[in-house]
Amino acid sequence: MKNRERSLTIETPEGVVFSYQLATPVTRSLAWAVDAAAIGVASSIAAKVSQAAGLLSPDLANALAIALYFVISIAYGIVLEWRWRGQTLGKRLLGLRVVDAQGLRLQLPQIALRNLLRVLDMLPLLYLVGGIAALVSRKGQRLGDLAANTVVAHERMWLTPDLEQIAPARYNSLLAWPHLAARLRSLASPEAVGMAVEALARRDGYDPAARVELFGELAAYFRSLVEFPEAALEGLTDEQYVRSALRVIYGGAGSASGITVGSHARLTPAK
Amino acid sequence: MIIDLPRFVQAEKPYWDELQRVLETVEAEPARRMPLPEIQRLHYLYERCSADLARLDTFATEPQLRAFLESLVSRAYSEIHETRAPFRIAWKSLALAFPRAFRRHLGAFRLAVAVTLLGCAFGWFIVRQDPQAKAVVMPFPGLMTSPAERVAKEESAKADRYKGVKATFSAELMTNNIRVTLMAMAAGITWGAGTLIVLFFNGVILGAVAADYIAGGQATFLAGWLLPHGSIEIPAILLGGQAGFILAGALIGWGGRTSRSERFRAVAHDLFAIMAGAAVLLVWAGLVEAFISQYHQPVIPYSLKIGFGVCELVALAAFLGWAGRE
Repeated sequence: MKNRERSLTIETPEGVVFSYQLATPVTRSLAWAVDAAAIGVASSIAAKVSQAAGLLSPDLANALAIALYFVISIAYGIVLEWRWRGQTLGKRLLGLRVVDAQGLRLQLPQIALRNLLRVLDMLPLLYLVGGIAALVSRKGQRLGDLAANTVVAHERMWLTPDLEQIAPARYNSLLAWPHLAARLRSLASPEAVGMAVEALARRDGYDPAARVELFGELAAYFRSLVEFPEAALEGLTDEQYVRSALRVIYGGAGSASGITVGSHARLTPAK
Repeated sequence: MIIDLPRFVQAEKPYWDELQRVLETVEAEPARRMPLPEIQRLHYLYERCSADLARLDTFATEPQLRAFLESLVSRAYSEIHETRAPFRIAWKSLALAFPRAFRRHLGAFRLAVAVTLLGCAFGWFIVRQDPQAKAVVMPFPGLMTSPAERVAKEESAKADRYKGVKATFSAELMTNNIRVTLMAMAAGITWGAGTLIVLFFNGVILGAVAADYIAGGQATFLAGWLLPHGSIEIPAILLGGQAGFILAGALIGWGGRTSRSERFRAVAHDLFAIMAGAAVLLVWAGLVEAFISQYHQPVIPYSLKIGFGVCELVALAAFLGWAGRE
């Protein structure tokens, strides 16, 4: 379990790397619960329909009910994942998607195989076999995923951070030193910048002491990257410093929201 | 290195948008053949966005923009580097893919037959040695009475036992047999051990029933009862076993140099074809079992039932052996 990976990284022949964030067994079982409910609803509708056939012959109605339940429970995953490119109702709701483990296009035989192997994965009850396999395997695959070469990944949904809200473009003293600003931009790590964006967005929710401490640490990090002259820092609190630094990093005065690249990036488009 | 991010975004965004549009059309219609200029354009856009992603790596402050480009590049990658033909449901080629897949993996099928025969021999042996073992191996209570009694009862039956429940019975048989076949296939992922157990156990029941009836001098009744549906149902379960062993073979992969995921990838289409074929066979077997097999002499003469079963078996063997041969 120690070497479980949280993301699946694929390097293209061009040397470019992209990654999928793998879904955990917990999110997957939530998605499965939604799917189980959907199958329940679908088969009770089917039962109603076959009752209508009971007017002709009760025998036929029974047969239809048995056959329909069986077909729905097996075909649900296969048909939906094929039509929606790797998503069922539950996976859609939880933002998951089945993707090929090599990053290639998902094919019907793969989808069929991973769904047919559910008969084994759901043994002895509540997906115990599949759950254990997913916990033990490196990419969080249940047996069906292993055989079909698929993984379940989080769909990437993102929104551009609203910089006007968190770091308004007023006079920014750091911009008076463009060469230092450029250095700050190239040295800052994405994780730290992401953290600073988050911290600023939630700044009003913090306990005052924690707020001072948090921005103190963030400011110390940014200061350690580039040393601005005293004149630029005069009268700036740690929080203001972090805001100005973010402004600089996101591309200087005013035009920072030029990074609006469309509201959602998804693995594939929703139809 | 990118100095001015907004300018970079401004310059590159048209290409990203274009790639997104192209991908949307490609993904909506996987079977469409693109003309060469479009392919070249897609490739150009893919390389351009890949390069942008690589450049963005040096400009480490844009997790969201990166995520966006990564998802674009990953989608384009899956379209460009996919070498397998897009899967289409074409009934004729699917119908021929089934016997072709069957013939490609004859070894696995032979193993399934051998394991089942071994189970049969074991079932035969234990029922002959110890008649009390019947209570343990027989799958349903109808088989617990002595064969002669059952034959006498069935042949003198005036009323149709399954009158009014034939379709239900048929649906139950189908779903149950498909489940067994699925299990035989899926259990292959346990390095084949599960498939061995399913097939062997099936064989034991078959052998025990056969031993019981033949010892009771009711071989004709047995053949008339089992052959009409069994000549399709038993091969279908064997096909499930074959699929299970194919899966196990891909998992174990003796002596090959390919990776496990490549081996799984190589057999996926054949497994799909075999399982789809077996499911169709089992639907047929379920109909026959409910509507023909349960009627005995004098309603349907045994010779007719046996003849029907043999014809089915020959037709199935001919289809699997010769259909779609090149």
